[in-house]
Amino acid sequence: MTLFEYLHYIILPVLVVSAVLILWRFIKGPSIADKIVALDLLITTGIGVIAVYSIIYNQSTLMDTALILALIAFLSTVALSYYLEKRKRK
Amino acid sequence: MIDIVIGVIATFGALFVLFAAIGLVRMPDTYLRISVTTKAATLGVGLVLMSTTVYFSNADVTSQAFVIILFLFLTAPVSAHLIGRASYFIGVKLWDKSVMDDLRGKYQKNTHILKSVVDDTPEDNVDHTKMEDK
Repeated sequence: MTLFEYLHYIILPVLVVSAVLILWRFIKGPSIADKIVALDLLITTGIGVIAVYSIIYNQSTLMDTALILALIAFLSTVALSYYLEKRKRK
Repeated sequence: MIDIVIGVIATFGALFVLFAAIGLVRMPDTYLRISVTTKAATLGVGLVLMSTTVYFSNADVTSQAFVIILFLFLTAPVSAHLIGRASYFIGVKLWDKSVMDDLRGKYQKNTHILKSVVDDTPEDNVDHTKMEDK
């Protein structure tokens, strides 16, 4: 088994299974804070998937996308929690 | 040989991400779920990015991956604190088997100031035992 087969058939399915579990929490999440946490973790898992794909396709430029996704995850969490906190303030 | 190193590091990374996902599903409380997100997932994604640095092994990808890892390590506690604070203010309940709530009555509802002692203005305090269910 070569490294690429291993990444294709073991690592990527594990990451996808975890993404599906996180998506279940995102859909179910009792409070809106749970949904924001799940969204943050979903984007973080996407960074891992992109890193694995950059090994498989031998494209180091895909790491730029991972950096942008990390920025978007942080910004979306900060913005959503900011408005969540402002919402109740009279 | 280098393939085995990459495979081992990527395996540990994927396993930590999987543990974070299982923890996010299984944990009973919003605050415990936030704790899972900050620790396990950050470590897992960091390990997967480390495997890319081992695979490419040039300065460009290494510096870029380390920038991403540093950024994740810096922003994960900040975003976790922000979302935890916001969810405490909007009245997300702790787990009913939680032993203690150190913040009870110390956050001010209108000014959003954290006080170090429970003061004598109970109508302005954030108290989950007196809040209606959210």
